[in-house]
Parts: sequence; structure tokens; C-alpha cells
Amino acid sequence: MAKLNVNGKVREYKADPGTPLLWVLREQLGLTGTKYGCGVALCGACTVHINGVPTRSCVVPAASVKASAKVVTIEGLSPNGSHPVQKAWDKLDVPQCGFCQSGMIMAAAALLKAKPNPTDADINEAMTNICRCGTYNRVRAAIKVVAGGGDTKSAGLSIQHADGSLT
Amino acid sequence: MSATISRRQFLAGSAAAAGSLVIGFHIPFARDAAAQGMPAAPATPEVNAWVVVRPDDTVVIRIARSEMGQGTLTGLAQMVAEELECNWAKVTTEYPTPGQNLARNRVWGNFSTGGSRGIRESQEYVRKGGATARMMLVQAAADEWKVPVAECTAANSVITHTPTSRTTTYGKVAAAASKLTPPTAVTLKDPKDWKLVGKRMARLDTVDKTTGKQIYGMDLKLPGMLNAAIKRCPVFGGTLKSVDEAAVMKRPGVKKVVRVGNDAVAVVADTWWRAKTALDALPIVWDNGPNANASSAAFAEVLKAGLDATDAVVGNKVGDAAAAIAASAKKVEAVYSYPHQNHATMETMNATARWTPERCEVWTPTQNGEAAHAAAAEAAGLPPAQCEVYKLLLGGGFGRRGAVHDWVRQAVAIAKEMPGTPVKLIWSREEDMLHGSYHPVTQCKLTAGLDAQGNVTGFQMRISGQSILAGVAPQAIKDGKDPVVFQGLNPPGPEASLGYAFPALLVDHAMRNPSTPPGFWRGVNLNQNSIYLECFIDELAHAAGQDPLAFRRKLLANSPKHLAVLNAAAEKAGWGTPTAPGVFRGLCVTMGFGSYVAACAEVSVSNDGVLKVHRIVAATDPGYAVNPQQIEAQVEGSFVYGLSAALYGECTVKDGRMEQDNFHTYVPLRMNEMPAVETVIVASGGFWGGVGEPTIAVAAPAVLNAIFAATGKRIRDLPLKNHSLKKA
Ligand code: FES
Ligand code: FES
Repeated sequence: MAKLNVNGKVREYKADPGTPLLWVLREQLGLTGTKYGCGVALCGACTVHINGVPTRSCVVPAASVKASAKVVTIEGLSPNGSHPVQKAWDKLDVPQCGFCQSGMIMAAAALLKAKPNPTDADINEAMTNICRCGTYNRVRAAIKVVAGGGDTKSAGLSIQHADGSLT
Repeated sequence: MSATISRRQFLAGSAAAAGSLVIGFHIPFARDAAAQGMPAAPATPEVNAWVVVRPDDTVVIRIARSEMGQGTLTGLAQMVAEELECNWAKVTTEYPTPGQNLARNRVWGNFSTGGSRGIRESQEYVRKGGATARMMLVQAAADEWKVPVAECTAANSVITHTPTSRTTTYGKVAAAASKLTPPTAVTLKDPKDWKLVGKRMARLDTVDKTTGKQIYGMDLKLPGMLNAAIKRCPVFGGTLKSVDEAAVMKRPGVKKVVRVGNDAVAVVADTWWRAKTALDALPIVWDNGPNANASSAAFAEVLKAGLDATDAVVGNKVGDAAAAIAASAKKVEAVYSYPHQNHATMETMNATARWTPERCEVWTPTQNGEAAHAAAAEAAGLPPAQCEVYKLLLGGGFGRRGAVHDWVRQAVAIAKEMPGTPVKLIWSREEDMLHGSYHPVTQCKLTAGLDAQGNVTGFQMRISGQSILAGVAPQAIKDGKDPVVFQGLNPPGPEASLGYAFPALLVDHAMRNPSTPPGFWRGVNLNQNSIYLECFIDELAHAAGQDPLAFRRKLLANSPKHLAVLNAAAEKAGWGTPTAPGVFRGLCVTMGFGSYVAACAEVSVSNDGVLKVHRIVAATDPGYAVNPQQIEAQVEGSFVYGLSAALYGECTVKDGRMEQDNFHTYVPLRMNEMPAVETVIVASGGFWGGVGEPTIAVAAPAVLNAIFAATGKRIRDLPLKNHSLKKA
């Protein structure tokens, strides 16, 4: 049995040599929040953190990830969607179909950790994920909301939430 | 959290669906229960087909259309809740199944979610559904209190008997209400009294998309499920000649090699990765069939010949355009073309099917549950009543998952070879790119006459090329005419009408169909028609020496709604006022999917030809704006889709097959290229238009016209990547 440290837990799995981390996460470990979009590192839908570094898991053989390396997937980013990036995403209604959003959020979380106050150029460089629905402008707005300390009103979207609050 | 559902629940869901008319059914995978592995909530009787109120006052609103990111789930729920007068904080939604719709005489109407129809075509009956449920709930309270119903009012899920100030809640009277006969006379609210419709409400489906909990078709897991990968003959129309099953059967996890129809082969294994790698190792011999030598380059010649052919079908005609043009002081002519596009949804095609001789069930992301159901029944060889489809959330649709359900047929065919075992079929991105239902390919010749004052005397537009209906619904073609070809060019009317009043006009179509299967690609034919028309109008304005806005305004004098959005976009963008140095503007206006849209783009082109789209102001008039913040999201998304196609998008055929097979050759716009988008919503009322598609059609023309302003170059063939914008 091979081992991976995923979302703070050591998990055992069996997979053929060469199986990408993406498919071990999805098929062996049941972590389907990480998505398959292209399989060749072009779209970012499969982005996870390995030791904090945003990584396209579709091209990383699971066997190459040491058991000591810390893998974090969207499911492990926060206990209950409370990571500031997830909160901003929620308050700004960033997702459309949502399929690319796990990867977007993981990329954004890593960017904001490395650069808490990213410039537009920083955002462009770090956020190369593909979104066919076209959420890019809200992704950018949400990153800026997090950088600004979580003031969602600064995005100027004025979204009314079911609990009566206003973004 | 794992999406695995318990066997008990799986069987319960199957059984519930098998029995007809299970009132208060709870479909498997309703997100609040099944998807999280919890037992489904006990059945609560529905108030009517659209509304279930649980004893705890939770309101479940049933949504027949499919959510694929466009926000229709939230918008439709707003419409029902508006009339229901329920507490919005307690609203959840669920999908009725196509099997239930069939069994209940289509009580939920049409499931088709395309053509931006989700809201505009169901708004009336879903609002009535909400109003009827409210009237029944209030009646039930009045009956219980033994007071006249006229003395009772409802708001926020609370019913009040005004004279005595007694109150009760929807949850308390829902069971009694469900036994009442629905009222027949229902009056809907005046739009000015709306409290929820028209408000910038947050979507109902966001949270799970930020935590990884949302289950898409690709994520589904059923007990005992196997996985399949598939390859279809890469040449359109080709077939499977032979396959060497033995070469992969010993690979770990491989269960079966299945010939699917006469043109595809699938490998079934315990995991998808094993199925896919075994498929890649499988020796397959194809018979490439009659289209083995087809190419886009050769077909372009066919299209070109169609530009002057005599077999064209008329779409719109006023007077004698040819004569008017011949008698003009000046004649302008240009030929444009538009390539194939792939929908390239982020989630590739997939379906899970379970087949037994008695029953077939399919779990799939689909834009049309009823069509998926029909496809499943046909492939299963079973009567529709013995089949069921469970819709799962779509990782994008854009038209790919509506008209043809090729992947559903394949999944059922595979499952049929393994009776009783659920099999999940996932297409690789490569398969998805090679077997799309592509945006049709066309060319267009435009000819116009101008008089000495620069007025248009006659206007001719010959479209040569592919018909979507000929490919997906040939029975809809009457007298050789595919009416969808003329989107945006129709005579005055409520749908896709041409706004310009030309004194003489001829729009016609010479149908030329390649071997490539066509489909409805978000924005459909409005996309290229709008490029052809709006870029050529710009050419005419230039030839007449007139300002493109003034030139359009004159021709739109009798089309006030077209004119209003054009003016709104131009004014907000500051048309006629100075731009930043090196920045140029371009305009576009059109009408389609029931709505009026216009855009003003601001671009710059560097000396070495690098294009930057800085800002686009878009105006849209959908009649009523149900949820403005979601309209803004759709408008922004439309520009990404439209600009991706304009800048990079083309699917080209060589040796009978598509050349583009992943995102390195079919390149979508990324964040660094995304312009600022400002949306102006001009909801003029009195009609219902769609918002998911029309804006796509103004993206490319506005940018192309701005590029002309910047460089003097007219780009008439897309995508832009094939042209140099370098200063000469
Ligand atoms: S699936 Fe890994 S980058 Fe696309
Ligand atoms: S939200 Fe649908 S692909 Fe990004």
C-alpha cells in the first residue's frame, strides 16, 4: 500500500504505477472536488496544493508524491468552507457552473498566501485556469476582496443574500 | 465527503421512480440529502407540482429546466417564490425527473434548456404554479379557522387572519392544502409589485461549488459501479473494423471491451484511469468510410461556390435589392466566413447507466432531461415508462448537452453489455474535442448600394453553409428552409429580427453541409450573422464617410428597442468623446433569443500587432430583468465565450477528422486577456427575452470594428490568431 498525506490525514491507496495524483484522489480516495478538465496541465481544474504549492495533479504521478508531502485538496482547504477565499467566492457568487472553481479557489488561495496583496499582473500570472463560463472578472474581484481584508461591499456587486445580508 | 449513496437509498430511489405518481417523491441526489449520504427526507405531500412545503416551513421549489451555470435555478425559484409569498431564506430546489414528467402528463412542461428559454418560456406557468400554491395554502388556513378566505393574507410563509390577527405558517397547513382542489382563476402580480423578481438575489447553488461538495455527473459514485472510456472513429462517418480485445484483457482492473454501435469501442474497468489507459493501449482498426479525405480547406471551396449558386432559400426580402444596388452611385461588397467551434464544456460528456431487461436508469448532466430520457429508452430497447433519467448538475452546457445525447446512447449501450451493473462513461478531453456537435461553418457575401448622400439603397446577404437543423432535426426543415439560419436577420417581429430598415433587402441561404456534425453552440447562428452584418454595416459607414453610430441610428429609426440598447452602450462608453491614447472604439447591435443587445468595445493594437481589449460596455434589454446580478454574470461570461472564439477558436477538419484535440490547439480566453465589462440593463418591460446567449453575438463584431478603427484592417475571417495586426 502506498501512502499519501491528504488534508492532514495519512491515507493508504493502491494504484498502478504512473497513475496521476488526480485519479488517485478522485477514484481511490473519493475526493471528487478536484476535477478533470484536460489531463495535460492546460486548464487548472485539477489544482491542489503540495506543500503549499499549487500543482496540476493530472500530470503528477501519485507515486512521485512522498508520504511526507502535504497534499491539500478543495475538501481540505478549510473545515467548512470558511477559508477567506471560499467566503469571498460565496459572497460574490463567483461560480457559474462551478466545475472549474475548485481549481480556481486553490490557485487563488496559494496566490494570496504567497502575495497577500497581489497586483493585477500577479493575478494574471497566477490565475491561468480556464473557465468556459467566463467568471474571470468575479474571480479577480473576489481575490481583491480577500486582499482587502474581506470587505465584500468593495466589489460593488450589491448581492442580496437569503439571510438578509448584502454583499 | 464521498458522493457514494447507500445501496438502500439507491434501490429506494429506483423503486420510487418505478412506481408511478409517487406524490412528494424525493429524488435521489437532491443536494440536501442523498448527495450527502443521508436518507431521503420522509415524503411530504406536495401542494402542487411546483411546490412542496415541509412541516418545518422549508419550501421545496421544483425546477424543470437544467442548471448549467446560467442561474436559471435561482431565477425560476424567484419567480415561483414571488407569487407564493414564501420565506426566501427557507427555499430549496429539486429537479423532477423526466420519467415523472412523462407519468404525470408533462405537468412540468418542457425540460429543454437551450435557446435562452429557461425563464422566458416558463415564466408564466411557474408563476401560476406559485400563485396557485399560495391560494391553496391560504384557503387551507381559512378553512381551519372557519373564516372567509378574503379576510386572510399571506407574506413570508405566514398566513394572517387580519380581523383577529391570528397567524399560522405554510408548513402547518401544507398537508391540508394538498387535499384541496386547485383554483382555476389565478391572477398574477403586476410587475411593479414584485418584491423578489428583479432583485439582485444571491444564487441558491453557490456554497457547494466552493467546497468541492457539489456532485457533477463525472463525480457520481454508485455501489458496484464500473467505469468506461470510449473512442469513436475519429473520422466522421467512419466505423469500427476490428479490435484486438485480448491485448488489454489481462491488464489490471479491466473487465470488458465493448463494441459500441458500429463506430466506437469502450473499455470497462474498475477505475476510469485503468479504462482509459487500457483503451489507449488497445489496437483498433477503423474503416474511415466515405469522409476519409474531407478537409476544411476543400469544404471552403464548396462554401465559396454557394455564395453565387442559384439554389438559395429566401429568409427575408423587401423589394428588389439587386436592382436597387445596380442603380446605386456606389456598390460595396465583401465576403466573410466563420469556422466550426467546439462547446468545450469544462466537464466532458459523461453518463452513468444501469440496465436490466426490465429497467434502464441513467444519471447524467443534460440540458434536456426529456430528450435524454428518449435517447436512453431507445438505446435500452425498453418502453420509456421503464426508463428513468436523473439529472445531475452540468459542468457547462452551452448547447452541447441538449439536442443530441450521443454520450447517453453510448453509456446505455455499454451498460446493456453488463446487466445490473452501473457503468459510468467519461469522455476524455480528446474524445470531447473530436466528437463535438460543432458550431456550423458558413461563408457570407454581402453586397450593398449607397446613394450619393451615403444612404443605403439596397442590401443583399447570401449565406452559404451548414444547417444545424439538417444535422439534428431534419424533420424541422420545410421546403428546404432552415429558419434558424436567419437568426438576427428576420423580418420585424419578436424573435431575432433585423433592426435595420433597408429600402430593398434580400437575405438568402444556400445550404451546404459538410461531414461535420453540427449543433447549437451558445448564441447559435446569431454569432456569425451578427459578425457578418455588423462588420459590414461598419464597412458601409466607412464607405459613406459617416460615423458608425450615426449611420446605424439612421437605419434603426423604426426599431426603437434596437436603438435604445445601441444608444445605451454608446453613451455609457462615451462614444464620440476622446479615448486614452491608442485606444479605439467599435460598435455592434443585434437582437436574438427575444432580447436586444449592443456593445461598445475599446481596444488598442500595438505596433507589433498585439491586441488588447480594454473595456466593453454592453447594453441588454431582456424585457424583464429577473436577477440583475446574474444577468451581469451572464453578460461577462458571454464575452469570454465570444472573445475566445473570435481570438482563437476554430475547429478544422483534415483527413476527415478534427485537428484540435485539447486546450493547446483550441485555446480559450484566460484571465490576463479579460476586458473590464460594464453591463447596462435596459429592461423596458412588456416582453420576456433570454440573457444567456444574445450578448455573445456582439462580442466579436464590436471588437473587430474597434480593430478596424485602430488599424484600418478589416478582418473578415476568424479567428484573429490567423491574422497579423502588425502595422504595415
Ligand atoms: S485537468 Fe489538470 S490541468 Fe486540466
Ligand atoms: S464556472 Fe463553469 S467553467 Fe468556470
